[in-house]
Amino acid sequence: MKLDSMYQEIILDHYRNPHGKGLRDGDAEVHHVNPTCGDEITLRVRLDGAVVADVSYESQGCSISQASASVLNDLVVGKTVGEGQVIQEAFLELMQSKGQGEGDEEVLEDAVAFAGVSKYPARVKCALLSWMAWKDATAKALAEQPAIND
Amino acid sequence: MTQSRSSEGHTGSALTGLLDTDAIRKDFPILQRVLHDGKPLIYLDNAATSQKPRQVLEALNAYYERYNANVHRGVHVLAEEATALYEGARDKVAAFVNAPSRDEVIFTKNASESLNLVANMLGWADEPYRVDADAEIVITEMEHHSNIVPWQLLSQRTGAKLKWFGLTDEGRLDLSNIDELITEKTKIVSFTLVSNLMGTINPVETIVRKAQSVGALVLIDASQAAPHMVLDVQALEADFVAFTGHKMLAPTGIGVLWGRQELLEDLPPFLGGGEMIETVTMGSSTYAPAPHKFEAGTPPIAQAVGLGAAIDYLSNIGMEKIAAHEHAITEYAVERLLEVPELRIIGPRTAVDRGAAISFVLGDIHPHDVGQVLDEQGIAVRVGHHCARPVCLRYGIPATTRASFYLYSTPAEVDALIAGLHHVRNFFG
Repeated sequence: MKLDSMYQEIILDHYRNPHGKGLRDGDAEVHHVNPTCGDEITLRVRLDGAVVADVSYESQGCSISQASASVLNDLVVGKTVGEGQVIQEAFLELMQSKGQGEGDEEVLEDAVAFAGVSKYPARVKCALLSWMAWKDATAKALAEQPAIND
Repeated sequence: MTQSRSSEGHTGSALTGLLDTDAIRKDFPILQRVLHDGKPLIYLDNAATSQKPRQVLEALNAYYERYNANVHRGVHVLAEEATALYEGARDKVAAFVNAPSRDEVIFTKNASESLNLVANMLGWADEPYRVDADAEIVITEMEHHSNIVPWQLLSQRTGAKLKWFGLTDEGRLDLSNIDELITEKTKIVSFTLVSNLMGTINPVETIVRKAQSVGALVLIDASQAAPHMVLDVQALEADFVAFTGHKMLAPTGIGVLWGRQELLEDLPPFLGGGEMIETVTMGSSTYAPAPHKFEAGTPPIAQAVGLGAAIDYLSNIGMEKIAAHEHAITEYAVERLLEVPELRIIGPRTAVDRGAAISFVLGDIHPHDVGQVLDEQGIAVRVGHHCARPVCLRYGIPATTRASFYLYSTPAEVDALIAGLHHVRNFFG
């Protein structure tokens, strides 16, 4: 069934048991909304030098947006900001592939499960909500630490 | 109604008051569509927009194939015919809403424009209509954003105070503080006749009486009423009534504002341009009488003709019969929805004083996910906040799933929705 290509078991697992959920200390906080469906996320980034020390978040939304935030937390925490940005760009490219992309599992790990979501234009922004928030929050955190060189 | 609810598809035929949907559905080409893996379309998103019967599509085609010209200008045959069709549509709207005069019917592009038009008229008006810093505006917490934001804008520009009726836990207007809300300072009370999110039908008479007692104007948003029930602007005793064509079988791009004639004469125009003038010099202009004073520029001519054809279609069936059909479907749908475990209806949990839009939440499954799994079965519902976010905030939910019915909806489609919701629960269970 076509639906199973979107709701991969990995996605449903992250949705039921999200990783890293809850707000903790951070260097920068952003609040992003998806005005068409009312999904919301408040996300904080804490940096330790050039390393993403923590990504914490409170969110409400559909399974796709919740699972995506959980996968984001898995993928970028512990990486450098630069490595995180590479992953973020790879994920963005996958989501914009209109069902054509498969994603590089070396880079995206569990996030390749979202490949099927890219076939559903209305749901792509659900998948991207937390990633755009992370990009925004990270830029803010970096702006407050201008000396960081990753 | 029969009592058996254990399986789908066998209960609806016992409902009374249903229309001959087999015949009606043949008029709607889109309802023959088959989606995904051979699933027939089950269109339950009628509060967002309705589907269009062949008769409306043919009227649009005929207009463009035979009569297309700009209106009120040329002296050639096509210009006269196009003008007659456009103004004929105005006559049909006037009769449909029982307007005392056809000159009280203003064509707009949609209900949002109609509502914004009134807000702007009042912002620019002279006394006694002028909304200024001493004035108060009253709306309700169940309005569509299109009946909230124009008043927020007016309030910000003028300093007028914006007040609103709250909601009860049952999805009705809380009228307990009506005397504090509507006062001598109130210039305008604007509220929806039927909630687009909850389906609630509001107690017009109580609110209108109170507004009249303090000399406030009343604007009724009838967007969710005009398609579904008899709409009589004289019986409502409002000063303005707004609605849109595309929810009542007409094309998009055509809306209506009805207003009392003496008000339309007194109130200033909002948009300036061709058609709305009497004479123009480089220094100043005088304006055409209503309705043309409020219809600057080339209007949506074909769309108005389409609205006229839609009104003919609805009137041939009869609005009382359409209302009875939808009431029966709604009663059945409410009853069956309440059988679904963990389903909570947002709004009235009966069919009394409610229209055919039913919002609900299903456990902690997000409406987006509900809508996606229903779509896979060919069932089209709306998910989200339905441009009425304050209602979601009031009930502490981010969004709802909404099923909304119309004259072509069948009990079998209700059964399919219920089966679909059980499937959703299994999928995310």
